[in-house]
Amino acid sequence: MASLTLDRLGKSFGAGRAVDDVSLTVQPGAFLALLGPSGCGKTTLLRLVAGLERPTAGAIRIGERVVCDDRSFVEPEARGLGMVFQSYALWPHMSVAGNVGFGLKVQGLTPAERRRRVAAALETVGLGGYGARRPAELSGGQRQRVALARCLALEPPLILLDEPLANLDAHLRGAMQREFRRIHRESGTTFVYVTHDQSEAMALADRIAVLDRGRLQQIASPTELWRAPANAMVAGFIGGAAMLPVDVVAVEPDGTRRITLAGQVLAVPGLAEPGAGLLALRPADVELLPIEAARASRLPTAVVTDSVYRGDGFVCDLRVEGLADAPLQAVATAALEPGAAVGLRLRGGWVVPASDGG
Amino acid sequence: MLLALVAVYLAVLTLWPLGRLLVEALGPGRDGAPLGLLLDQWSSRSTERALMNTLGAGVLSALLSAVIGTAMAFAVRLTDIRGKTAMVFVLMLPILIPPQITALAWIDLVGPSSPILAPLGLAAPYGATNPLYSFGGIVFVMGIENSTLVFLAVRAALAALPRDVVEAARVVGARPVTIVLRVVLPLTLSSILAGLILAFVSAIGNFGVPALLGIPGRVTVLTTLIYQRLNGFGPSVLGEVGALALILVLLAVAALVVRARLAARHAVAIDRSGAGLEPFRLGRARRPAELAVWALLGTISLLPLAALLATSLTPAVGVPLGWDTATLDNYRFALVGNDATRRAFLNSFVLASATAIVCAGLAVPLAYLSVMRRRRFARALDLVADTPYAIPGMALSIGVIMAFLPPLPLLGVSLYNTLWILLAAYLARFLTLALRPVVSGLETIEPALDEAARIVGAGTVRRLWSIVLPAAAPFAGAGALLIFMTAFNELTVSALLWSTGHETLGVVVFFLNYEGNATAAAALAVVTVAVTLALAGLVSMSARRLPAGTVPWRA
Ligand SMILES: Nc1ncnc2c1ncn2[C@@H]1O[C@H](COP(=O)(O)OP(=O)(O)O)[C@@H](O)[C@H]1O
Ligand SMILES: [Mg+2]
Repeated sequence: MASLTLDRLGKSFGAGRAVDDVSLTVQPGAFLALLGPSGCGKTTLLRLVAGLERPTAGAIRIGERVVCDDRSFVEPEARGLGMVFQSYALWPHMSVAGNVGFGLKVQGLTPAERRRRVAAALETVGLGGYGARRPAELSGGQRQRVALARCLALEPPLILLDEPLANLDAHLRGAMQREFRRIHRESGTTFVYVTHDQSEAMALADRIAVLDRGRLQQIASPTELWRAPANAMVAGFIGGAAMLPVDVVAVEPDGTRRITLAGQVLAVPGLAEPGAGLLALRPADVELLPIEAARASRLPTAVVTDSVYRGDGFVCDLRVEGLADAPLQAVATAALEPGAAVGLRLRGGWVVPASDGG
Repeated sequence: MLLALVAVYLAVLTLWPLGRLLVEALGPGRDGAPLGLLLDQWSSRSTERALMNTLGAGVLSALLSAVIGTAMAFAVRLTDIRGKTAMVFVLMLPILIPPQITALAWIDLVGPSSPILAPLGLAAPYGATNPLYSFGGIVFVMGIENSTLVFLAVRAALAALPRDVVEAARVVGARPVTIVLRVVLPLTLSSILAGLILAFVSAIGNFGVPALLGIPGRVTVLTTLIYQRLNGFGPSVLGEVGALALILVLLAVAALVVRARLAARHAVAIDRSGAGLEPFRLGRARRPAELAVWALLGTISLLPLAALLATSLTPAVGVPLGWDTATLDNYRFALVGNDATRRAFLNSFVLASATAIVCAGLAVPLAYLSVMRRRRFARALDLVADTPYAIPGMALSIGVIMAFLPPLPLLGVSLYNTLWILLAAYLARFLTLALRPVVSGLETIEPALDEAARIVGAGTVRRLWSIVLPAAAPFAGAGALLIFMTAFNELTVSALLWSTGHETLGVVVFFLNYEGNATAAAALAVVTVAVTLALAGLVSMSARRLPAGTVPWRA
């Protein structure tokens, strides 16, 4: 296992910056998820670590070894990492055992040693006995396992995975997630795992780095990311929070923020300093009340614009009174007609600064 | 390292000869005037006549090619006539049969002693000159020869047309003829033009047809003028013929630039995911349409070959062919009875195999670096590799003579008058024939396959061998066979580079005919065509496993 350190890493393609000034550290043996919307630079970041792209700025250290900075660049052949490609990239003309054993052959291991390591790696991914098959004779999930076995066989200190489950159906994805957790535990190797699916990142990783437009937004544990997103982008991306413009009036000694939302004063935890802020509200943070009760207690009110049945309740789209362009979602126990007025009581919520780097 | 190897190859065999050609042709004249050579040639009467003939024959034959090629592509692609595979194969014959043999076959078919027309009483009277020994004959034969280029361009355009453009016209009630003329034709017009321009470029660089038809008919075009000058006066007139060749190159480049412009302007985003055109049902007209296509193909393609075969079995020109007169003597003479043909077989075989092997071997790393590694320098080299095939072969030969006539540095020997100069020219000219299929093959392969091998620590050579080669081998193999077939029968390049003892098959066929031994020429031509067709069959069989488009003559 090895640590990974990125220091002010940048990569531009022409005018566009795919990776922009990213610094982060991954502890040895950790499972880091790189999370972000499609096109945010996750693949590029992973390829920079692998050495498949040359950075335009910054440095990368793997363990104690500087693999690239302004003066030096270690080619991918010499980095000794493992990588699982999104398309698996299995060599179609080699058998499963040939695929898994190719790297060992390159390293000059004896055939006997090679056979032993190939068998062990295939056993680990649950494909013992499949060595003679061709990749074309395997299902998508099995190919995925071969791709993983191919890097496990080399026992690399760091394994990079680029959306390895994106091409599998939902059912298989859950099973493979458990496999990845087990294999990570058993091998003790450092994993860097790219995904655009926040639930996958939450399920797998012990730390999550959120990227947006090439920039690192936040790096934190899944619980912290969920509980305390650093900015509006993270709050919106994780758990699909709605963002309502608010004024932060004061910061209480316990860290709670006193805010005004559409004229009503509320107390909510958060990060924003006094001034303009954004209130992140997930559907579960909002409780719907009869309109009269809300008026009586001076709570915010809203108008229902749409309501969709989702099994465990009715998901309502709401327009908060006094806020034109800030749609909000909440779950109601009974169907509500569009145009109905409701009151809002907050069970949660989190205030972030109105604008920052992102 | 690999890149350096490819760069040296192209620098020595392509850039150096072409550079020499440019420098020499733009050099001062005998009186020292700047650009004198070019201006002298430009203003000479014989050049003017040859240039006019070249342009005239080029344009007219390209128009003929466009008509035949477009009609055939429409027939094969837009109708439900049967036997399309055989039709396409016949249409592709000009790719497999070199121009001098096509010309020979036509001479045999149309001449006064035609083994096919004479028994029918249709041939010119005995002793009359062959009507093909004329400007019109050159236009006619080249027009047929190059119709394949238009056919391929139009067929590709039709294949790319989505079916809904036709279906939309059907829904509004248009009849098939209206749809073809008002919808399909306008949409394929730019491809027809592109094919026509390719036919023009091929025609102006053609040597075999004007050599066999124009020299006896005293119709000179630029290629035959170059040949006659260099043959008559030797390397002392290299500068002058270089200037002539440069005119040819400029014509070809200008035409190709127009074509590239055209392609850029008419580039339409085509939705390839949709289904292709559905052929129109001809109903009761199908049988007559099939007969018409076969009548045309039979006349322009099969009949001349039959005449060639018949002539090869005739004991002497003018003797009618029958069961009692047919003889294999010509084959005996062509294959074993004659030192020059025996040598030519060996020379052409060695040259063609060496070129095929070297070019295919080089195409793989070059295509790998330019396609999978996207190296900018490799992409530039890829373009350089195309040039010697795009320009007229005569111009390349002259450049090669200019580059390799002086003794080589270090070795101190000249390649001129050896087989090596032929090899040098072939290596330059035919590399692209292997490069194109390998490039399009590797474009379909995920770069991640290579990257995955890098990650597990495999170096470049190792990856080329273990990962790239297994994927590229079928394409390289198809390219190698294509090179072999083309080089084995080649005349245009070797016409200027051969020397006694170092003849090629193309040169020997040409000279047998030139010396009046038409029957032996026919026999030798039949043998070389048979070899080429056998190889084509081999490629077709292996082509089943290749992606569509790798082998040009498949339906
Ligand atoms: N080879 C490349 N050339 C030009 N632009 C690229 C290249 N690779 C990626 N990009 C651009 O960089 C950005 C990030 O891409 P990528 O890292 O693939 O995103 P992700 O994996 O997060 O979806 C995108 O805008 C993409 O268009
Ligand atoms: Mg990606």
